[in-house]
Amino acid sequence: MTSQRERALTYTILIAFAVFALYPMFTMLGTALEPGSDAPGGLGNFAVAWEQGRFGSYLRSSLIVSVVTVAIATVLSILSGYAFGTMRFPGSTALFYLILIGIMVPTEAVVVPLYYDFRDLGLTDTYAALILPQLAQSVAFGTFWMRTYFLTSSRGVAEAARIDGTGHWGTLWRVLVPMGRPAIITLVVLTFMWTWNEFMIPLVMVTSESLRTAPLGLAFFDGQYVSATSLLAAGAVIVALPVVVLYLFLQRHFIQGIIEGSTKE
Amino acid sequence: MSRSSTTAAVAAGGPEPSRDSGPSGRRGPRRPPRRRGRAPGEPHPSAAYLYIAPALIVYALFLLVPIGRSFMLSLYEWDGLTVGTWAGLDNYVEIATDPGLRAAFGHTAVLIVFYALIPVAVGMVLAAIVARARVRGMPFFRTAIFLPQVVALAVVAVTWRDIYASDGPINQVLRFVGLEELARAWLGDFALALPAVGLVGTWVNTGLCFVLFLAGTGKIPGELYQAVRVDGGGPIREFTTVTMPALRNEMVVALTLTVINALRTFDLVYLTTSGGPGNSTTVPAVEVFRQAFERGEVGSAAAVGITLTLIILALNLLISRIGTREAR
Repeated sequence: MTSQRERALTYTILIAFAVFALYPMFTMLGTALEPGSDAPGGLGNFAVAWEQGRFGSYLRSSLIVSVVTVAIATVLSILSGYAFGTMRFPGSTALFYLILIGIMVPTEAVVVPLYYDFRDLGLTDTYAALILPQLAQSVAFGTFWMRTYFLTSSRGVAEAARIDGTGHWGTLWRVLVPMGRPAIITLVVLTFMWTWNEFMIPLVMVTSESLRTAPLGLAFFDGQYVSATSLLAAGAVIVALPVVVLYLFLQRHFIQGIIEGSTKE
Repeated sequence: MSRSSTTAAVAAGGPEPSRDSGPSGRRGPRRPPRRRGRAPGEPHPSAAYLYIAPALIVYALFLLVPIGRSFMLSLYEWDGLTVGTWAGLDNYVEIATDPGLRAAFGHTAVLIVFYALIPVAVGMVLAAIVARARVRGMPFFRTAIFLPQVVALAVVAVTWRDIYASDGPINQVLRFVGLEELARAWLGDFALALPAVGLVGTWVNTGLCFVLFLAGTGKIPGELYQAVRVDGGGPIREFTTVTMPALRNEMVVALTLTVINALRTFDLVYLTTSGGPGNSTTVPAVEVFRQAFERGEVGSAAAVGITLTLIILALNLLISRIGTREAR
C-alpha cells in the first residue's frame, strides 16, 4: 500500500532529518575555512590552528591514551568474558552482577576520589591517571560484551575443540578469537571512541600541556582564541576527524555496538 | 555517547528480546547450562579465576574502590588539603537545601524532556513512517542521521555555541525574516539557555532513537499490519496497535540510554554555558566538578556524585519495570 505520496513523505522526512543532523557539522566545516584575523582562510586555517593550538601534541596524547586503553582492555575483556561465558565456577553469578552494578556508575561519582587518591600517590598529571580509570570502565563493558559473544555463538565450537584435545587456552586464541573478529572489532571501535572523546577525566587529572588530550586541548584553545572563530572551528574539525573517519569506514560496528550492545542479553 | 550510559542500558537491558524468552519472561543474566560433573577437557574452576583475575583487579582498584571512597568522602567536610571533619549526612542535607545544588538536580528534569522524551517520541513516529515504504539510499541516511552520536561532545559544544551566538545562523535567519526583536544571545538568556542546551541533546540523541526504532520495525511481521488493514484500520491504528507495542524493548533501551545521557551531561554544559547565566543551566556533573575542584567542597562533591549514581540506578530499575509491566 505504498503510494507515491507516501514515498515522497518518507523521502522528505529522511532528507529533513539528515539535514538536521549534518547542518551543524557543515557549518563548522564552513567556518573552519573562512578567513579571519589570524586565519589565512581555506586549508591554511588548519595549518595555523595545528601550529598555534598545538593539536599535534594533543592528538599524540589522545592516541597514546586510546591505544593503550583499548589494547589492554580488549585482552583483559576477552579473558574474563571467556571465563564468564564458557566456564562454570563457584561465585560466577555474584561476580558478574558485581560488574553489572559497577558499569552503571557514572564517571562523576568516581572522579573525585580518584583524583585525590592519585594525587597522594603522585600519579596525577601522568598517562597512568588518564588510562587507569578509563581502563576499568572499558574492562567492565568489555567483559559484559565478550561474555555475550562467548555465550551466544561458540559453546558448541568450544566443546568440539575441547573434545579434540585442544586445551582451553588454545581453544580461545586459535579458534574462538579468530571466529569472534566482528564482535572484537566492535568492542575495539567503541572503546576507542569513548576514550578518544572523554573529557572529564583529562580535565581533572592532568595540568601539563603535553598530556592534554584532543578534546581537552580544544577547550583550552577555545579559552585562548575567543575571537578567532575560524581557527577554533578548524581545531574542532581536527579533534572530531579521527573518530568520524573511523565511523565512516566501520559504521556498522558503531551502530550495532551502541544499539545491539544494549539489546543483547 | 558515553561509556557509562551504554553500559547502563546494557545492564538495564530491559526485558530480554521476546524471541529468546518464553511467556514467563526469564529474568537475570543467561548463564552456561548446568550439568553434573565436568565434560571431557572442561577446565577446572581455578582456571576460570585465573582468566577473570586481571580484569577483576583493574576493575576493583579503579572503579569499585573509588565508589566506596566516594561514599566515605561524602560523609566528611573536607577541602582537599587539611584534615577533614566528620559531617554525617550534612552533605546530603545540603543537596536538598542549597539552592544551587537543588537547581542542578531540577534542571535534569528539563534536560530529560529534551534529551530523552522528545528524541524517543520523534524517533519512533518517524521510524514508523519510514518503515512503511521501501527507500533507496537508506545506508546513507542511516550514516548521516547517526553521526551526531560519534562526534566528541567538546566539538559539539563548540559548534552549537557558534550556532547560538548573537551573530550566528539562528539570529541571522530571525533578522532576515524581520523578527529582529526575537534575536538574542541564546545561551546568555536566563530563561532560554537551558532549553537551548537541551536542544543540543535532542540533536545528539534523536538519530540514535530513530536508527534504534528503525531496526526494531524491520523485525515486525508484515501480517500484523495486514490484520489491522483488514479490520479497516488506518496508519494511526497501525502505529498504536502494532508498531508501538512491538517496539517496547527498543523503547526501554532508548529511554535508558538517553535518560542517563541527560542525567550525567557534563562536557556540553561545561563548555557552552558552564552552568550560567547565574545558575540557570547548572547540572549535577558540573556541580561535582565545581564543588571538588573550584570551591574545595570535596565532601559535598562526593555526595552529589553518589546521589546522582543512586538516581541513575533507580531510574534504570524504574524504566525496565515499566518495560516488563507493559509486556503483560
